[in-house]
Amino acid sequence: MTRGRFVRAALAAGLLFLWLPILLLVVYAFSADRIPFQWGGFSLRWFSALAANERLVEAALLSLRIAAGAATLAVLIGGAAGWALARFGPFRGRAVFGALIGAPLVLPEVVTGLSLLLLFVALETATGWPQGRGALTVLFAHATLGAAFVAVVIQARLAETDRSLEEAAMDLGATPFTAFRTVTLPLIAPALTAGWLLAFTLSLDDVVIASFVSGPAGTTLPMALFAMLRLGLTPEVNALGAVIVLGVGAMLAVAALLLRPRRG
Amino acid sequence: MTALLRAEAITKRFGPTLALDALDLEIGQGEFFALLGGSGSGKSTLLRIIAGFETPDSGRLLLDGTDIAATPPWARPVNMMFQSYALFPHMSVADNVAYGLRRAGAPKAEAASRIATALAMVGLSGFERRRPHELSGGQKQRVALARSLVMRPRLLLLDEPLGALDAGLRERTGFELRALQRETGAAFVMVTHDQEEALALADRVALLDGGRIAQVGPPREIYERPASRFVARFLGAANVLEGRAAQDRFDCPDAGITCAGAIPADTVAIALRPERIRIAAAGEGPNTARGIVQDVAFRGDDSLVLVDLGGGTTLRVAHPEEGGPPPARGAAVTLAWEAADVVPLAS
Repeated sequence: MTRGRFVRAALAAGLLFLWLPILLLVVYAFSADRIPFQWGGFSLRWFSALAANERLVEAALLSLRIAAGAATLAVLIGGAAGWALARFGPFRGRAVFGALIGAPLVLPEVVTGLSLLLLFVALETATGWPQGRGALTVLFAHATLGAAFVAVVIQARLAETDRSLEEAAMDLGATPFTAFRTVTLPLIAPALTAGWLLAFTLSLDDVVIASFVSGPAGTTLPMALFAMLRLGLTPEVNALGAVIVLGVGAMLAVAALLLRPRRG
Repeated sequence: MTALLRAEAITKRFGPTLALDALDLEIGQGEFFALLGGSGSGKSTLLRIIAGFETPDSGRLLLDGTDIAATPPWARPVNMMFQSYALFPHMSVADNVAYGLRRAGAPKAEAASRIATALAMVGLSGFERRRPHELSGGQKQRVALARSLVMRPRLLLLDEPLGALDAGLRERTGFELRALQRETGAAFVMVTHDQEEALALADRVALLDGGRIAQVGPPREIYERPASRFVARFLGAANVLEGRAAQDRFDCPDAGITCAGAIPADTVAIALRPERIRIAAAGEGPNTARGIVQDVAFRGDDSLVLVDLGGGTTLRVAHPEEGGPPPARGAAVTLAWEAADVVPLAS
């Protein structure tokens, strides 16, 4: 069938367009040659060189710590916001609140980064905190972005959860807190986990916002990569890219699995 | 009858809408009570107030003489079966039923035997390990019942208990509900919009309209003696005829008929049940009418005959099968009824 063949060709072209660059990156990560885009036989030398590169490893560890902290904060803030949007009914300013929560999703990162920088500077002038900028300010900035994603995910999950479940729990003797702990929380746990993973990934690959709000002691992995670009690339970058692609891919797969429609 | 629950002048507003308008109600120990009404009648609001999910704006709600209007739902000896059943999807059947007992801190052995008894009572022994999504609609409803009954409530609230079941299952489940109610001795308060369901199941029915009780009484009483035009129309489409009361008779000028009987002076309309009207060979005078058969619908044990009396009035007549074949469409017929079957309506 011509139509079937056309659809298949379009799909193949689309996948190739999206994945060819990444595939090349992963392939060249295993190349022995010193030039990042020249094949010199299979080798793992760049992976060991990467492991020995203290600056990169340090930046990677810092990025992981920031991402974990930002994701956790995002789940707390975003989870509460999503719950309010889904459960508090039509409260005053609900539409505005919903729009404001979602704004970071569509706002250019340059704007988010700049405004957060202004906020941190103003805060420091007014209260003396935060002292300078670094890992902590990056963490807060990433939590802001992540909270927006988490709020949307949690709101969607709660919207499809029957409200009378919580009422049934209270009817059977559970206080609102117990009802939340024993009924609501288990039901939204997959969405919370997926939201955490999304926020974690977002933080891990952000370079724009981090560049604005970071300081001397806050060089994240993407920032370190950019700095390396200026000095000339080595195949270590390919190796790093391959590791990141694998890690992020695995996390997104877990998130997608957790967010799949429920049975029954 | 001792009152278990007494509502006194309960009023509830949602914004500009008056959901309950100074409503008074008394429910007895071990009574099967139905709150019947259309959407917006306030029946569900009243149920949610009794359960504790809504707080009345004013009025008192007395359970055994104690005002519980401000008591939160988790501290009330009242349980509810939700219309959606609200089974916890992440728990097995046994854990669903155990939920309330765990909150109450019941000892393990006692809880286990009570859960087994409750599941046996609803015929679901052996389903303990199933998850709600593995159950049929009828089975889910039984789990919801067991989950409430295991708490041994004095008062069980049922929100449209048969609403989500298909026709075949409704009748059987209805009888089972009544058996459970007798067995447990708890008072059941059911909300429904289906008058047949209310009349069939309840010991007493309250028909709600606009946040007030239009009439309350045993099913037969409110069916046979509706107090108002609204009640007469809501309960099974009686014929309601407007007119004027005179000395011992009621004139319906539009339909050109006169009803004789004990008619109070404040009567504004009369109700005539379709099954109380006979198709007679001949007749004249009060409590008869002449008309043309407009249409006939066969209903199994009877036929519904629409008779046009002229003047824009059509009477619905239930013609029983044992009364022979119903008249044909277009036939001129004479209708007759007994003076005792004329129900005067004061509003």
